[in-house]
Amino acid sequence: MKTALEASLAKQFSADGFSLDVTLRCEPGVTVLFGASGAGKTLTLNLLAGLTAPDRGRVLLGDELLFDAGSGVHVPPRSRGIGYVFQSETLFPHMTVAENMIFPLAKVPTLERRRRVNHLLEVFRISDLAGRLPRALSGGERQRVTLARALAADPRLLLLDEPARGLDYELRHDLYAVLRQVREQYPIPIVVVTHDLAEAFLLAGRMYIYRLGRVEQEGSPDAVYAAPRTAQVAQLLGFTNVFEGVVEELDPAAGTSRLRCQGLLLTAGYLPGRLKGDKVGFCIPAAAVSLEGSSGNRVKGELTHQILSPSIARLFFRLENTTLDLECEVPRSRTADLSVGRSYALQVPASAIHVFPAA
Amino acid sequence: MPGFGTIGNVDWFPLWLSLRVAALATLISLTLGLALAYALANWRFRGKEALDALTTLPMVLPPTVLGYYLLVLLGRDSFLGKLHEHVWGAPLVFTWQAAVVASTVHAVPLLVKAARAALESVDRTLEDAARTLGASEWRVFLRITLPLARRSVMAATVFAFARALGDFGITLMIAGNIPGKTQTMAVAIYDAVQSGNGQLARILVLVISAVAIAVLYTMNRLQAAK
Repeated sequence: MKTALEASLAKQFSADGFSLDVTLRCEPGVTVLFGASGAGKTLTLNLLAGLTAPDRGRVLLGDELLFDAGSGVHVPPRSRGIGYVFQSETLFPHMTVAENMIFPLAKVPTLERRRRVNHLLEVFRISDLAGRLPRALSGGERQRVTLARALAADPRLLLLDEPARGLDYELRHDLYAVLRQVREQYPIPIVVVTHDLAEAFLLAGRMYIYRLGRVEQEGSPDAVYAAPRTAQVAQLLGFTNVFEGVVEELDPAAGTSRLRCQGLLLTAGYLPGRLKGDKVGFCIPAAAVSLEGSSGNRVKGELTHQILSPSIARLFFRLENTTLDLECEVPRSRTADLSVGRSYALQVPASAIHVFPAA
Repeated sequence: MPGFGTIGNVDWFPLWLSLRVAALATLISLTLGLALAYALANWRFRGKEALDALTTLPMVLPPTVLGYYLLVLLGRDSFLGKLHEHVWGAPLVFTWQAAVVASTVHAVPLLVKAARAALESVDRTLEDAARTLGASEWRVFLRITLPLARRSVMAATVFAFARALGDFGITLMIAGNIPGKTQTMAVAIYDAVQSGNGQLARILVLVISAVAIAVLYTMNRLQAAK
């Protein structure tokens, strides 16, 4: 049977006025909770694990009710069968790796316990570390052991809070490989909290965008990225080209619309459900803006600065007669003949303009 | 007490009695202290602050006042006194067991304070992690909290032992000064000075001082090795 997690959680803090109110549905596979810090992601995990009690709501894991404010059900954390990898280091410092792994198996018969620990030690390639204390492990090793320990008791739900925090690039990708392996071998919902966009895209089947204690948008990473629902989501997703404008023309026959934004008039796709004069927000992926070609909107801008990485370059243009900055992402090699301070013509395809309600 | 006569003209019974009383009192204080510290550190209940104040009270009250209260509480006319007499067939007061009670009351406040601080210093996330790994509250305490607070608790225990060893006022009030029966070191020193036996007083004082220095050294070692 496939175990899914269904949760609606509400919690109010009188001290700082923060409130959380979210509804989640997580199928087996990875669900990412994405958002800035302080948005309530970790709190959500604590509520799911039962370490904090929600004020209202319900947590259903498979066919078992773990929490229900209405009927007063609150299964204690120890009986929830949830593996939780906390944001901070939680290996027990006074126990060896093997002892840490055995800890959750107190009720399992000795032989079975040994078999399971040995199996996990092998799967996570940590057999050599079994006799060591946590302080003798590297960051990557610790994270592996913590993950293995969380899985030792065969949980029905796995919660990971910023699992790659503090790991360098290589170890990070080792860990992602391990997580993919876990995803294959354990057909359980895995909820991963992160504020790293690349990580979210790498791991998630589905993602929830958190902002100020609410779910702002949900869906597959691709779907969310293709159509951010608000300016805030667009910004969280790393869009720098987020603007506001007015619908100036609508042409259903041609399937186009015209947006006015300061001195610019941009052609975008048709906007069903909008009227002339509506205020809207819109965003443009930096990678869709190009220095070549003649299709789409043509705008002129002065190159103000560039940020170079090994393979790509991010160019920032101040658009002519406006106070708007437009980011354009190009291959690094394309920057050779560009110079800061000069004006260039830029192409913005109509299809790249994504419109959402104004803030 | 068989086997403890006089060696080198000094009656060693008070030292033996003091060590035994202090050891027992420390053991009781440790159990009681940890239980109280656990309750104060982890539970929210009505009267928590009152309980906290009550455990601190012996630190601020004069020993004679404490002794008086204990006499009222445990004396032959009291409920607890009668209960003791009914069960064991002899009164509690003015026995060496009463000295244990006295030393416990003297030592327990310090242990509660130190143990509470030690238990609260353990990272809550480790305890939460243990809970999500299926551990009951009791198991979390025994396997995680207590081992991690071990050094501080041990240091507090050693200190409590020193306090228990040194109690004078409460012991005198409820156990009295019966040589060979309830006369502990502290009381014996007082007795020796009173009866003009300066040499005995000096020897006993030096022995107690040596024990105190050993205790301090042990405590520092425990804290330094953290």
